[in-house]
Amino acid sequence: MQHLIAIPTFPLPVNFRIRVQICTVRDDNLQDPVITPDLIAAHGLSPDEYDRILEIIGRDPSFTEIGIFSAMWNEHCSYKSSKKWLRTLPTEGPQVICGPGENAGVVDIGDGQAVIFKMESHNHPSYIEPYQGAATGVGGILRDVFTMGARPIAAMNSLSFGSPDHPKTKSLVSGVVAGVGGYGNCFGVPTIGGEVRFDPAYNGNCLVNAFAAGLADTDKIFYSAASGVGMPVVYLGAKTGRDGVGGATMASAEFDDTIEDKRPTVQVGDPFTEKRLMEATLELMATGAVISIQDMGAAGLTCSAVEMGDKGNLGVRLDLEKVPTRELNMTAYEMMLSESQERMLMVLKPELEEQAKAVFDKWDLDFAIVGETIAEDRFLIVMNGEVKADLPLKALSGTAPEYDRPWVETPAAEPLGDVPHIDPIDGLKMLISSPNYAAKQWVYEQYDSQVMADSLRTPGMGSGIVRVHGTQKALAFTSDVTPRYVAANPFEGGKQAVAEGYRNLTAVGALPLATTDNLNFGNPEKPEIMGQFVGAIKGIGAAVAALDMPIVSGNVSLYNETDGSGILPTPTIGAVGLIADADDAITGLAREGHMAILIGETNGHLGQSALLAEVFNRVEGDAPPVDLASEKKHGEFIRTNSAWVTACSDLSDGGLALAAFEMAEAANVGVSLDTEGTAELFGEDQARYLVACNFDQAEALLAAAGNLGVPATCVGRFGGTQVSFGAQQTELSELSTIFRNSFADAVT
Amino acid sequence: MRAAVVVFPGSNCDRDMVVALRQSGADVAKVWHKDADLPQGLDLVAVPGGFSFGDYLRCGAIAAQSPICRAVVDHANRGGYVLGVCNGFQVLSETGLVPGALMRNSGLKFLCKTVGLTVETQDSAFTAAYSQGSEIQVPIAHHDGNYYATEDELKALDSEDRVAFRYSDNPNGSMSSIAGVLSANRRVLGMMPHPERAMDAQMGSADGQALFRALVGQTTQA
Repeated sequence: MQHLIAIPTFPLPVNFRIRVQICTVRDDNLQDPVITPDLIAAHGLSPDEYDRILEIIGRDPSFTEIGIFSAMWNEHCSYKSSKKWLRTLPTEGPQVICGPGENAGVVDIGDGQAVIFKMESHNHPSYIEPYQGAATGVGGILRDVFTMGARPIAAMNSLSFGSPDHPKTKSLVSGVVAGVGGYGNCFGVPTIGGEVRFDPAYNGNCLVNAFAAGLADTDKIFYSAASGVGMPVVYLGAKTGRDGVGGATMASAEFDDTIEDKRPTVQVGDPFTEKRLMEATLELMATGAVISIQDMGAAGLTCSAVEMGDKGNLGVRLDLEKVPTRELNMTAYEMMLSESQERMLMVLKPELEEQAKAVFDKWDLDFAIVGETIAEDRFLIVMNGEVKADLPLKALSGTAPEYDRPWVETPAAEPLGDVPHIDPIDGLKMLISSPNYAAKQWVYEQYDSQVMADSLRTPGMGSGIVRVHGTQKALAFTSDVTPRYVAANPFEGGKQAVAEGYRNLTAVGALPLATTDNLNFGNPEKPEIMGQFVGAIKGIGAAVAALDMPIVSGNVSLYNETDGSGILPTPTIGAVGLIADADDAITGLAREGHMAILIGETNGHLGQSALLAEVFNRVEGDAPPVDLASEKKHGEFIRTNSAWVTACSDLSDGGLALAAFEMAEAANVGVSLDTEGTAELFGEDQARYLVACNFDQAEALLAAAGNLGVPATCVGRFGGTQVSFGAQQTELSELSTIFRNSFADAVT
Repeated sequence: MRAAVVVFPGSNCDRDMVVALRQSGADVAKVWHKDADLPQGLDLVAVPGGFSFGDYLRCGAIAAQSPICRAVVDHANRGGYVLGVCNGFQVLSETGLVPGALMRNSGLKFLCKTVGLTVETQDSAFTAAYSQGSEIQVPIAHHDGNYYATEDELKALDSEDRVAFRYSDNPNGSMSSIAGVLSANRRVLGMMPHPERAMDAQMGSADGQALFRALVGQTTQA
């Protein structure tokens, strides 16, 4: 049997002809395999789960049915290990229009407008095939957003790689970054933020977490629930191929040395088709023809059709011979499990079929009526008149297994031993020599951060900001997590990820609105990993409740392990904030003569700090405690007094020293801090900000802080050409050169 | 001034171009790539950035064969103004309205950043409001902006004062640091940087405003 090469299907101008000759060698008489224990195991189904299938359908399943169950019940689609804990997360608030459960979360931003966003992982595919894995991760999250009727206006990416010295890291970094850019740039969404980190714990599993946000009117949001019996189920977009068959099941397993064999499970992206699909979908929605819509992501046709039926309390019949395919002799099994990209399933009003067809034709997209909604609770798959699957639809999602996995609390961290004093300039140099804390322009200059011409702040300095087109409003976006903290103390680490997002939004003058969580962990069947997960969820829950940033969407990626070794627990938090008037955004730069005002309390917490990890090579101590009341108080202080703040940065990894340096570097002006104490400069106490403002502003700010009981002190000033900490100093230009070059030096 | 912005299925800077032109006082319509005719009485056609046909085959090559492009070429041949930005420049070079070709960046990577451009000539409707030799800040965002022209073409560009902009610090390997070139009648400009993204100091630069203001002003007078 020989697989055909997929040819991109772009519309050609009328006078443009190509001839393609295709030769196929393929056995047309393939029989469905016999169901054996090995086959069941290969579908990621446990013997218990198989028994459950037998119980539900009262007979042996067909091969296609096994595939459908495995697609619906794998960890990736069913959240069977995480559901119990996800339910504990705060998801509601007056600003929330739609929380988790749809393609993306919907949050009110006033004036009848909503921001719609989500973050999702594409970890396993990106490790196997970095370019396409990352590209289709971006494609998937964009589709989630425009499926709900929103035009994407911003994207971010949180990337975690192994040690820069590991033989795979460089090719993963270059492939993933090129893939993210290749897709987002062509699609036409500005990538305005993100993170890149390196740690040996990701040597065997990189993480690619893609975030997208879109804008829609609150009365024009589309959901997935089908309604009405006998309504046409319409397939729109790219043709179905064999790519990605079994992808969701692959993404729910650990890696071992057979990983190369899994390459065909990675999908292939076509951003040009996605762009057309978005335009056509939004135009189609404007005609009023769309009753419900669901994008085909993980487990493709299976997941999308079941979701639409399940939410609408309807059955679905699909006639697979009507599905547009780009490979010959595809079986029902392959079609139901294909994860070919850039496809949508929708239920349309039959009377508006002509208008709908005109839109598809305009954008040269394939569409086909592939089935209909039916009254019975049935998922009926027919191909050329032969029934390939006939399952109770509700049971496919409703009775998916749910596990209360055993877990053990992460043991309390040993207290931190003595940290020797170091020359603070040397400490800073070592931090900014690490690709973790060096400038990331090598990455973000490969992303179009300005398309749509509304980007007020592009990557490189905390939150990204885009204007809400045609209004005075702007939205700020950030993605944060400090995996070292989560590993040492899942509860505090979970809180910290949310708190850092809160601070990054606050530091640009945005009111934090809501969050999306992308929870990346190892094998949940190990009680200590499950304990990390539970602890982090509890911490995230406490923080989003206290800071009023409900979780409105998210994604869980488990089994991020290779040969039994897991990643650092990495619950990435994507956070969104609103700036009511873009003119009030804090986007200024420090200037000569500015005071450096530190907001918040400094105790010099060095446990799990960047300094400890990068300079002393020690992963030690507890994560810094997060006092949520202080976070809220200090955040509100910055936002209400933003008129006195010219430039602002939150303090996180690298503490005061790194924040002061980054503000100075961005402004190309020196900075001198009074202290040279290691803990004061590099401690990572939370709830802190560094503000740059002129003398009069500083006086007003300090007075206001005094009245409110907010700790605020002048710790130095900006100016000159040097960076000095106490008596130690060096030229900013020397540090700048290190900061600007270290990343590229490490990854190329 | 009446302007039209061409929309290919993969254009993604079409809205930005419309906004920039309207902000500068033009009356703007969008035209679809399958249309064979441009609106009557048009002064300017703008071919925006993006990935017209996914950049498959070669950037701009498929777009250059589309029905609307024949109308754009006719418009140019009648002495109409044409502005091609980024992918639009690639399309114009494929149609032959401006000389040269755009190859993959010398660094082989997509590159998005704001760069300095030197204004090389004031002698065009596009550059009349700049001072010759001044440096302006304009964003670039492309994978294939490495300008190539034959020796004869380069000589002609220089001797006829048809290089509109050069990069101050060549980011992509372009010959003679060329960032934008004019047609022989000086009414067609192709440039890789995005002036429509430099319309507002809040976004980092407002240096693109002068290009659109001069263009709209000039053609309104004419």
